Amino acid sequence: MDVELRGITKRFGSVVANDNVNLTIRGGEVLGLLGENGAGKSTMMNMLSGLYTPDEGEILIDGKKVEFDGPGDGIEAGIGMVHQHFMLVPVFTVAENVVLGVEPTGKMGYLDMRRARRQVEEINEKYGLHVPPDELIEELPVGIQQRVEILKVLFRSADVLILDEPTAVLTPQEVREFFGIVNTLKEAGKAIVFITHKLHEILEISDRVSVLRQGRITGEGDPKTLTEADLAEMMVGRPVSFTTDKEPAKPGRTMIEMQNVSMLDETDEIVLERVSMSVRSGEVVGVAGVQGNGQTELVEALTGLERVASGKIIFDGTDITTASVRERHKMGMAHIPEDRHKSGMVDSFTIAENMVLNNYYAPEYSRGWAIDWNKVAETSARYCVEFDVRTPSVYLPGGSLSGGNQQKMVVARELERETKLVIASQPTRGVDVGSIEYIHERLIQARDEGDGVLIVSSELDEVLGLSDRIYVMYDGRIVAEFDNTGGKADRNAVGLAMAGAHNGDAATGEGDAA
Amino acid sequence: MTDMTATQTQAEKLDSAASRKARIMGGILIALALLVLFVLDVVPGESATFRLTTRRDAIQIPDLVVPGAFNMVCAALLAFLGVRQLLRGGARWTSLSLGFGLLLLVMAFLVWATAGKAFNLTSMLQAAVLASVPIALGGLAGVMSERVAVVNIAIEGMLLAGAFAGALIGSLLGGWIGLVAAILVGGCFGLLLATLVVTFRMDQIIAGVVINLFVLGVTSYVSSQVFAEYRFLNNAKVFRAWEIPLLSDIPVIGPMLFDQNLFVYGAFILVGIATYYLFHTRNGLRARAVGEHPRAADTLGVDVYVTRYVHVTIAGMIAGFGGAFFTLGNVGRFEENMTNGRGYIGLAAMIFGRWHPVGALSAALIFGFADSIQQKLALLNTPIPSEFLAMAPYIATIIVVAGLVGRSRPPAADGKPYVKE
Repeated sequence: MDVELRGITKRFGSVVANDNVNLTIRGGEVLGLLGENGAGKSTMMNMLSGLYTPDEGEILIDGKKVEFDGPGDGIEAGIGMVHQHFMLVPVFTVAENVVLGVEPTGKMGYLDMRRARRQVEEINEKYGLHVPPDELIEELPVGIQQRVEILKVLFRSADVLILDEPTAVLTPQEVREFFGIVNTLKEAGKAIVFITHKLHEILEISDRVSVLRQGRITGEGDPKTLTEADLAEMMVGRPVSFTTDKEPAKPGRTMIEMQNVSMLDETDEIVLERVSMSVRSGEVVGVAGVQGNGQTELVEALTGLERVASGKIIFDGTDITTASVRERHKMGMAHIPEDRHKSGMVDSFTIAENMVLNNYYAPEYSRGWAIDWNKVAETSARYCVEFDVRTPSVYLPGGSLSGGNQQKMVVARELERETKLVIASQPTRGVDVGSIEYIHERLIQARDEGDGVLIVSSELDEVLGLSDRIYVMYDGRIVAEFDNTGGKADRNAVGLAMAGAHNGDAATGEGDAA
Repeated sequence: MTDMTATQTQAEKLDSAASRKARIMGGILIALALLVLFVLDVVPGESATFRLTTRRDAIQIPDLVVPGAFNMVCAALLAFLGVRQLLRGGARWTSLSLGFGLLLLVMAFLVWATAGKAFNLTSMLQAAVLASVPIALGGLAGVMSERVAVVNIAIEGMLLAGAFAGALIGSLLGGWIGLVAAILVGGCFGLLLATLVVTFRMDQIIAGVVINLFVLGVTSYVSSQVFAEYRFLNNAKVFRAWEIPLLSDIPVIGPMLFDQNLFVYGAFILVGIATYYLFHTRNGLRARAVGEHPRAADTLGVDVYVTRYVHVTIAGMIAGFGGAFFTLGNVGRFEENMTNGRGYIGLAAMIFGRWHPVGALSAALIFGFADSIQQKLALLNTPIPSEFLAMAPYIATIIVVAGLVGRSRPPAADGKPYVKE
């Protein structure tokens, strides 16, 4: 089945999300769709799945014009979408999730689960998905859950599969398996749209690539003849450097140390288990791991957002195990939180207000009991210039900035003062390539000024590119440590550790950083 | 090495939380043992007589005579359970021990209260089933609406509205039409709640409370101003018990389950239908999906709004039927606030029953039992003031919800409005 988009334009208010986009999707082919966050990839795909209707232009399936006006229409026409955030009911079984909405039924609406199970098995067999039909979703690893999503669209006999950032939640090993499945689907004649911002994946899996920038197609080509640099330039609109240039680390004294720290969540499940780690001044330490393996909790323990159950945390020689967040902050700990909207900024506050969220109480901003807003605005304006936050005014709400500028605002606030330790959690999530480059440079700069820098990221490339030393977390534990001086850590070994492989050897073999 | 640390922390973890709970439970059980031993002690030689059949019954079985020493045995068992709980932690058995402990306590209490007297156990159980009907139907209404993620505080008001409509229409046009009216009125309030929370995205708790206050106000006004004047408006014929042949002759069970009125049979049948519907039909699966992950259901073509409207309205109809019990199934006339919190207890039954129709019914039976024990014991002249006994159902609610329920999990989207993109 072939799908063609012709001159598609979609506006939201005054924002043009898609501007005269032409795109062809062919059966038996993987089309890589590349673009930064906000480039208009999702809008385009949502029009294909029927969630949005285009303002201009037309969609043709096998040469015939079609019109969608509801979320069910796309799938009815054979276009299935696998969302980045899974649309699965956690307490249902695989089979229940797969058949939901198109259930095999007997008399009086009786739900024929036996038939459902059999149908699931058939698709399993045909595409080599290996998904257990009777398992509850919440008990399956993320990689398998994703296959359930694929099963769901195949069950509805989709011929076009749109995969929205499918590898974001997978370990490198799971990505390998996932690519195998994509190839099987392709051989079976399915058309696949693979949306991502990871360049090397596009080059590896796709047969054709289209690049989207600011709602327009800015480049198309054959991945065999393109390089990552070409793609990045199409995506950003200017040449981008990938490797953050940095001097070798000069580690000094131990800045922060965790000794056998354990932590429980509110249901008394173990989320951190006897974690011992340290960051020294003048080095960047990366924490790699698939999301949800204790990284968030590690950061919460370090920054004092959650109490630890046992163990000790020592910050520059002082025991801070029970110190409050503000105490730690005053001692020189900077924290760039993983979710800026939840805990990094207040969307409805102005940029100026956001810039002083962490030290509005400092004497320099006070005029007696009141806050000296002029002073705040003045300082914020300076930070904006220094940290490349692009805004016409510091009096605009923080939420009005683009993702990259919001993040730079948070980074500015955290780094623009005397710091000893910078904890950056997913510092570049949802940030454009240009800003990523900039934030990385700033973090390295903090290191070179003698700070300890801890980077927690689910993007393995980010961890490998920045860190001098790497910890890998799995299931609430640190399962491996790698020396990455001069980028010598083995990507595969790190990936294996992320998947929780039993490899004390891989860890100790490489481990023991200077 | 990592495996070893894993086991160690596992032990630490158990120690920190589960076993803390186990120890508290152990303490409670020992306290209960002391209570039975010193407060509920029976004068030696006295015994309690429980009548199981009446002279009119087809099959006669002898009275159950329990010697007073039974309470000593109960105390010993309670103490054993408590000590075991304290020493062994007993994670998995904690809830079971507490449940068994409460059962022992109730038995000891009955023996103590009846000591030297005779007490008709069967008629109390029959009354317990009857008392559990509105609670079970309220709980079932809760299950139907919370399974599609609408928190239904308004059950109390719907019960009251059903009771009122049943009495008024039942007096004017006869019991059956009164019953239909009660169901329709309940359904209307369900529809109203759905409109408020689904379409207007009003806070679900507030919407529910508003409905409750509205119904209470209107019905109280009419009953005090109108019914007081025109008594014929509030004098409906009551649905009598229907004896089911043969089955009703079984001792104890027969009078409990097969010699009851329409509402009791209705509650049992509705629970059966609801269970089948929710877990074995297409629409049931869709309804549960809407309660757990509305966005997923939406992307698969299930209309979240329609599903919620339909189920909340059905919940209202069930509650309306349950409300009619108070008037058409019991006394035949409406009194101010006669549901008296049964709707809220129904919600507790739903939670205790883990959002499952059968669970809600079982929980309702426990609450009904507490309710009837209270009424019957008032007749026995126990030294405990009847006001205190009247608290029994509510104390049972608190103990059960706080102590036994533990980690029961509501539908994931419960209480959250759904906004389409």
